[in-house]
Amino acid sequence: MTDPNSSMSPPPKYSIRGLKAWFGSHEVLHGVDIDIPAKGVTAIIGPSGCGKSTFIRCLNRMHELVASARADGRVDLDGEDVYASDVDPVLLRRRVGMVFQKPNPFPTMSIRDNVLAGKHLTHTNKKETADKTVEAALRQAALWDEVKDRLDLSGSGLSGGQQQRLCIARTLAVEPDVLLMDEPCSALDPIATARIEDLIHELKERYTIVIVTHSMQQAARVSDQTAFFLQGDLIEAGPTNTIFTKPKDTRTEDYITGKFG
Amino acid sequence: MSDKWNIKHAAGQRSYALREKLFVALCLFAVLLPVLMLFTLFGRLLLDGLPRLGWDFITSYPSRKAASAGILPAAVGTLYLILLTALIALPLGVGAAVYLEEYGKRSKLATIIEINISNLAGVPSIIYGLLGLGLFVRALGMGRSLLAGASTLALLVLPVVVVSTREALRTVPMATRETCLALGATRWQTIKQVVLPQALPGVMTGSILAVSRALGETAPLVVVGALSYVPFLPDSVFAQFGALPIQIFNWVSRPQAAFLVNAAAGIVVLLMMMLVLNLAAIIVRDRMQRKLARAH
Repeated sequence: MTDPNSSMSPPPKYSIRGLKAWFGSHEVLHGVDIDIPAKGVTAIIGPSGCGKSTFIRCLNRMHELVASARADGRVDLDGEDVYASDVDPVLLRRRVGMVFQKPNPFPTMSIRDNVLAGKHLTHTNKKETADKTVEAALRQAALWDEVKDRLDLSGSGLSGGQQQRLCIARTLAVEPDVLLMDEPCSALDPIATARIEDLIHELKERYTIVIVTHSMQQAARVSDQTAFFLQGDLIEAGPTNTIFTKPKDTRTEDYITGKFG
Repeated sequence: MSDKWNIKHAAGQRSYALREKLFVALCLFAVLLPVLMLFTLFGRLLLDGLPRLGWDFITSYPSRKAASAGILPAAVGTLYLILLTALIALPLGVGAAVYLEEYGKRSKLATIIEINISNLAGVPSIIYGLLGLGLFVRALGMGRSLLAGASTLALLVLPVVVVSTREALRTVPMATRETCLALGATRWQTIKQVVLPQALPGVMTGSILAVSRALGETAPLVVVGALSYVPFLPDSVFAQFGALPIQIFNWVSRPQAAFLVNAAAGIVVLLMMMLVLNLAAIIVRDRMQRKLARAH
């Protein structure tokens, strides 16, 4: 997508301007401006209640699914406002996948059907290519070797970390372009967490990843860019290295050095 | 060692254990009393009706002679009535519940409907009968037909179906819905393919219990015009019909003692039908729950 004649940096995947979000009359985001570069990992950090989850839920319009929730501002994905009236949020969500905090494979479905769930739900599954889709998604999620012999067993029999990778595979099978991850490791042990982090390293070659995390170490390990939120404001965003070594704002420094949080 | 760390019973302090036992006994009594009453009733009826209980009784048409009268038209009428009632009430009730629980949560309309439904659940069944008479029998011209009777009973059980379906839908976690929507499914795809199947055991149990309640309803059917003497089987939904509770009511009001025996036998059959339905509800629920549990 980079314009070869331009000497400027490539256009961002997401360009967000003046993003505000509410639950009822309570404003939880007070006008956020940030660019999210394509193909890389952007970490969103900040203490509980700072609006970081709400922020990424605005990127695929999941925020508005909660009763009384609304958002305002510009959220451009490849230059198109996702809040424009002619945008179908259902189609947007097929392009912007999301992985949740708790691993939640569908309990009644086999591993294979879990991977294909998005395709089945949206009636876009093609029988001829289903096997390929399953294998490709599970390989990308670094789960194939562990489950290839039990694709027809329930996904609930897997360990927590495997379940979360199954959820990632399920999201990838829809062939998104952006991957939103809302604290994907907070329910996992350190070993399972490390595997997911390795996976994120591999996936960022192909996808734009935005990850919300409670763990600053995780942000430092996996992300290229970090954004620090506090009480509904974006305090500071920039290359992860800079944020963690030379933060401009004292509040950022206080948070990453553990003075509060 | 201070007294604080003593874990032995202090003398005379055992009384709370006794009080607890008393309370448990009281609770047990509360459970046993209705069960015992039901068993006594059923046993009495069984004894009273025994002389007439048999295949003949079930397969015979009513007669002026108590000894040869049977319940075939009434039993068949009740069976049709229940099937039709379920056919009408289930789609309507589940649909209403899905609307209220999944779509309409924020709207004023939903609130109004909700208040109405909880009020409807408390309306006496005879009022439903009058409504059925005015609406189905007369205004909609269904006459005193099976369809009119079933429509009336469907109205009667509708609130229960709605409430139990909503409860079942609520047991499906929000996260499940969000996962589907995040995969790019529409609300309807989410509900149809994931939420409803997961809620199905609850929906089925509630609905079967609701419908089995309609099985014994008499008052609304009397008002709608079910026949107490039916020498034929209904051949369409527009046919006139009889029902077991009406037949029993009719026999009980006869002066001859022999008809009381018939009534007792009829009640036993009615209770058996109800038991079978309730049993079906339990089996359906258990099987589905086990299926879900196996999947976990």
